[in-house]
Amino acid sequence: MSTLELERPIPSRPDVPRVLITGTTDSRLSVIGAGVGAAALVWIGYDLLLGLEGRLGLLVCWFAVLVVLYAAVSALGNPGIVVVDRVSSLAVAAGAAVVGIALASTIVYTLAKGFDAYSTLNFYTQDAAGIGPRDPLHKGGVLHALVGTAIEVGIATAIALPLGIGAAVYMTEVGGKGAKTVRNVVEAMTALPDVLAGLFIYVVLIISFGFPRSGFAAATALAIMMLPIIARSAELQLRIVPGGLREAGLALGASQWRVVRQVVLPTARSGLATALILGIARAVGETAPVLITSGASTFLNTDPFNDPMNSLPLYILFAVRSGQPNYIARGFGAAALLLVLVLLLFVITRFLARDRVGRR
Amino acid sequence: MTSALAELPRPTDPDAPREIDAGLPLGDRVFHASARAVGFTVLGVFGSIGLFLGYQALPTLQRYGLSFFTENEWNPQLDRLGIAAVLVGTVEVALVAMVVAFPLALTTALYISEYAPRRLKSALISLVDLMAAIPSIVYGLWGFFLLQPQIIGLARWLHQNLGFIPLFHVDTDPDAAAWQQSSYTASAFIAGVVVSMMAIPLACSVMRGVFAQAPLGEREAAYALGATRWGMIRSVILPFGKGGIIGGTMLALGRSLGETIAVLLIISPSFDLKFSILDVGTITTASLIAGLFGEATASQLSALLAAGFVLFCLTLFVNTIAAMFVNRSRSGAATEI
Repeated sequence: MSTLELERPIPSRPDVPRVLITGTTDSRLSVIGAGVGAAALVWIGYDLLLGLEGRLGLLVCWFAVLVVLYAAVSALGNPGIVVVDRVSSLAVAAGAAVVGIALASTIVYTLAKGFDAYSTLNFYTQDAAGIGPRDPLHKGGVLHALVGTAIEVGIATAIALPLGIGAAVYMTEVGGKGAKTVRNVVEAMTALPDVLAGLFIYVVLIISFGFPRSGFAAATALAIMMLPIIARSAELQLRIVPGGLREAGLALGASQWRVVRQVVLPTARSGLATALILGIARAVGETAPVLITSGASTFLNTDPFNDPMNSLPLYILFAVRSGQPNYIARGFGAAALLLVLVLLLFVITRFLARDRVGRR
Repeated sequence: MTSALAELPRPTDPDAPREIDAGLPLGDRVFHASARAVGFTVLGVFGSIGLFLGYQALPTLQRYGLSFFTENEWNPQLDRLGIAAVLVGTVEVALVAMVVAFPLALTTALYISEYAPRRLKSALISLVDLMAAIPSIVYGLWGFFLLQPQIIGLARWLHQNLGFIPLFHVDTDPDAAAWQQSSYTASAFIAGVVVSMMAIPLACSVMRGVFAQAPLGEREAAYALGATRWGMIRSVILPFGKGGIIGGTMLALGRSLGETIAVLLIISPSFDLKFSILDVGTITTASLIAGLFGEATASQLSALLAAGFVLFCLTLFVNTIAAMFVNRSRSGAATEI
């Protein structure tokens, strides 16, 4: 036995599931055949014989006939257990497809309906002051809402980020009985209805302390919505920092604070950034807290302490509820902008997460 | 050698553990104290929301007593306030959302964890996360402008075929040549379907996370015994993931109960106490608050806060149960190297 072998133990690899044979020619051809057959039958039965209409119903009927045909075709040459397996595969795939279609239609529909509004330059450079319902789309824009969202989310982040990461450090690094309580409460608060955060700030800050309805009030409400998300995902990220790293730091004589500051937090940096962006993505889309604590405005306001400050989601709400075609188009334009913003934040999160996996 | 050692006279106790000063250095004591302070600040903020809502709700609850929960009208002018209709609407919307979301979330989670090609898996997981990140107002627009015109056909069909059940009854003739489309719009059913779009990703990602933890050995054992994929899912994945399925669904239910803006966009407010989900008009607690706080006087505000407190307790209750189920099926151990 050579020393080399002793020094380098074979690294234990994580279990990798084997790739199963996912389908046979028989099963693939059966499902295609059943699909075509179902389409033909439904066309005759639904359209020509019963004279029903509606795309939704057509699709549902097609799927029902498809399941029956597929089961029948499979039963010709397979035992019952295989037939059940195939039909359930079809049902599972159909469920996933419905969710996929719903998601895709949401994104595509919003981007398409908003195109007329967000393809103009003035959409980004003008506010909505003095814009009437009949004004064409090449006048006025959402600059005030965009700036308002940026200011509100910026202030909310400045409040929620230190508190959230501090709470996460408390839960993972300090621990104790209190930490458990904090964890349970934070977990429960991730589902705090957004309207309640707004109502709380409205009554405390605006009614009790006489603070004006303003961007700052909205930002505090948004911070309450962000805080549990940041704290919870930051805690998860700190928890996966290997314990060995902490012990190595402590064994070198570093104090716990130094270990947290120079080992734990830098190791989890990209994970913490992910937590931050998740919080921002949540706050950007919140409507109800801004509706209650700030209210809508039509003009550009960069002062967070006075006067209402609009935000993108709130702008969308008022634009769409007005019922005017041009306003609705503007609302969809703003919705597309919001969607792109969230998509962008989301892509950054994925990028950071990938970076982390690559480094380990 | 060993005998010589044994014969040595034993000193009193050479191996007595040395006293170690367990006290932390000053820097760490400051660190602990400030981390604890931040933690308790967070606790304080969230605790005060609950206490504050409860405290503000007291005058209303004292004034109206139990009738606050049994009165369905919201009529401050006549001094008749109650949340019976509101609560029924909230539960109806949330239940419709669950009925739609549960099968879809379960099949999507199963598809991603068991059926999808391995190359696509991480992309599909990202898509579900993306679905959770899309703002609710965007789903509201989708529901109002794209889904509603399509789904009133389904609502009419349900009325035609299941109208004898009070749940699906609408006060109009579904078989009329020119059927009343507007009677089927703005209902709890449509609001529920839209809310399910927000519930699905939440439930799905919890379920998928639990399915992914199902022990590989047992999966392969099931295959080795000749199980089909569905047989393996039924005998390994679903029993193993039961806690996650229940917990994820409860989490999604908590989210559905509190959804505000998408519901506000879809429904037309109505305070009738009704159990037909297809009929036009309903109201939920969150949309009641968002809709009425603006013109509320002090006493009405207290009533709204009382409604908010009920919603708070409801979501907290549902979420605590959900967390119990989810945590039971999740290991909290730190990663070791």
